[in-house]
Amino acid sequence: MSTRRTVFCNARLVDPAGGLDAKGGLLVENGKIADIGPRLFGDVDRNDPEVIDCKGLVLAPGLIDMRVFTGEPGSEHRETLESASRAAVAGGVTTIIVMPNTDPVIDEPSLVDFIRRRAEATARVRVLPMAALTRHLAGEVMTEMGLLKDAGAVAFTDGDRTIANTRVLRRALSYAANFGALVVGHAEDPSLTNGTAVNEGEYAMRLGLPAVPAAAEVMVVERDIRLVELTGARYHFGQISCRASLEAVAAAKRRGLPITCGVAAHHLALNELDVGPYYTFMKVKPPLRSETDRAAMVAGVVSGVIDVIVSSHDPQAADTKRQPFTQAAFGAVGLETLLPVALGLCHAGSTDLLQVLKAVTAAPASILGLDTGVLAKGAPADLVLIDPDVPFVVDPEKLHSRARNTPFEGRKFQGHAVKTFVGGECVYDRAAEGRK
Amino acid sequence: MSPADAATPILRSGHLLGIEGLSVGEIAALLDLAEEYVALCRAKEKKSPLLKGRTVVNLFFEPSTRTQSSFELAGKRLGADVMNMSVRTSSVIKGETLIDTASTLNAMRPDILIVRHQDSGAAAMLARKLSCCVVNAGDGAHEHPTQALLDALTIRRRRRSFEGLTVAICGDVAHSRVARSNMLLLGKMGARVRLVAPTTLLPVQVDRFGVEVFHDMREGLRGADIVMMLRLQMERMTGAFIPSTREYFRYWGLDREKLAYAKPGALVMHPGPMNRGVEIDSAVADDIEVSLIHEQVEMGVAIRMAVLDALSRGLAAGGRNT
Repeated sequence: MSTRRTVFCNARLVDPAGGLDAKGGLLVENGKIADIGPRLFGDVDRNDPEVIDCKGLVLAPGLIDMRVFTGEPGSEHRETLESASRAAVAGGVTTIIVMPNTDPVIDEPSLVDFIRRRAEATARVRVLPMAALTRHLAGEVMTEMGLLKDAGAVAFTDGDRTIANTRVLRRALSYAANFGALVVGHAEDPSLTNGTAVNEGEYAMRLGLPAVPAAAEVMVVERDIRLVELTGARYHFGQISCRASLEAVAAAKRRGLPITCGVAAHHLALNELDVGPYYTFMKVKPPLRSETDRAAMVAGVVSGVIDVIVSSHDPQAADTKRQPFTQAAFGAVGLETLLPVALGLCHAGSTDLLQVLKAVTAAPASILGLDTGVLAKGAPADLVLIDPDVPFVVDPEKLHSRARNTPFEGRKFQGHAVKTFVGGECVYDRAAEGRK
Repeated sequence: MSPADAATPILRSGHLLGIEGLSVGEIAALLDLAEEYVALCRAKEKKSPLLKGRTVVNLFFEPSTRTQSSFELAGKRLGADVMNMSVRTSSVIKGETLIDTASTLNAMRPDILIVRHQDSGAAAMLARKLSCCVVNAGDGAHEHPTQALLDALTIRRRRRSFEGLTVAICGDVAHSRVARSNMLLLGKMGARVRLVAPTTLLPVQVDRFGVEVFHDMREGLRGADIVMMLRLQMERMTGAFIPSTREYFRYWGLDREKLAYAKPGALVMHPGPMNRGVEIDSAVADDIEVSLIHEQVEMGVAIRMAVLDALSRGLAAGGRNT
């Protein structure tokens, strides 16, 4: 934590939690936000070394990415907590929630502790682990949720695996409710999904690829909603990808159930046709859907039925992606394109900055019970300075992740992080990087 | 063939990956060229020196007798050096990736690589990564362009034109690259295509191909000029997509009784190898009056010679690898 004082002046303060979007300044002391206000530091000396002149750019809470896969422990060649954190800060992300799908699986309190210590020693951002909901992610025996939660697990999930056994899931949800624990689910019916590579439809048929219908997701969403009704557990769908899922979640929310949901950035920006001529970087779980579904996902963010936008960052080594499509690994890196995709919704006129930033700051903070994701006195000074309009083209070679499997190669975006601060400390400065 | 003819380009692409990328003109030109090779193959002297000095590699990741030997013979009749490489003798089983295997072969400077692979898109992937011509000899459930071309040649020799012709493609369309390539080709050439199969063997939204779909064999065959049967992969199908082969034969197997619904004089085709008594009755398969099955095999060699010829016209005199 910094003991320094940092003054941010001449900023466009955007705080989704407080609904603030105004010109002003912000003061950081001892790693926390000490003051914030529209007229603050209007006449400060901009050459003072402790003053950062924001030049009218957006100053917002650092992003919280609720769905990040790394390779640590077990497959560090894909990504370490350190390399993921470098990608995170370049993307304006100050907190990453890491999935338990590692080797070994994070299903023991000591392993939760390992992640936290390892992150503290190496990572530039806050790293919060989710623990497995079932041992070894096998979908059979529930984990020690109380002990894991005490060790620091922020939620429980089997990551990108769906628990097929409904009875196991019912009991796990029921037990989780004792600790007020959040359970994060993945919705893809395993028997319909296994062995498939893309979304079922005309394009999949033309490519001759094994395909899964969107219904495989919807039926799990509907099943899980019934189980939440039965057990009262706090439940979050890690990511949904189709219109029918959105409608089911909307209906569940109307009934007052404690359900929230997320969407991956690539499901907001890409559809099944982007698979093109068997482009394996477009192979993700769940698959890229139809244009109707993509548009529904955008509408879901706008209406607020979709609470959070995640990167679903899943780094894959080149050799597992340089395969025929059906054999290639699933997953796309996304930490550095999360903010640009989100800003894209504003540029397209779908929604405004406050709402879109809420989905990557205040909303995940509230679901996870974090004290970050907000510009308020006393909150940790996790901040991102955003130039919302600057155009750029995604160059995989310039990404900070250890893996290069971005589905956005060559894509034109507008807006990215200029400076990123964690606990008041500047952990990323794009200008400095350019000089290197 | 005069030397001037040999210089005329036929294909825009340096590869043959599927019917999808071919124009009507390219297809017609390939069929015309193949006609010349039909004549050559029927002569005593079956060889042409056209590909003398060229190397053609057959890279087959799936067992195939028919297609592989057809390509081999086509290459040899054109004077090329042909090497056969099948998965059992390659290092793929040692964990080498497809790309690595193909790059290794590529370094040996073949001019044309003929690939069969169990995964859709495999041939296209190799075409992007390698410097030689790639011919798709079947990729997963995607395409098998030379099969569709040889079927077209067989049909054209009997019926002159595709316009107004009704072709019923029957059987396991869902897993069939032959069906996909044939649907595309026949559609492009102006034939009316019908698909006849139980719903479990049809891909979702197959009607978007501009075909008519039938689930009843008699309805589907009514008035058809050509009946194209597909092979049922029994080991994979039984119990999962259809309950049993005897039930399948009862409702979707081609016998004389069902064939009687087609137009009088209708012709029967099958890409082989056949499952007698499963998708086709021996009485139909062996009836030389209606069955074109052996003619298809003959046309296969001619079509593949035409394809190798057409691709070689795009090769620089010193080979693509210079």
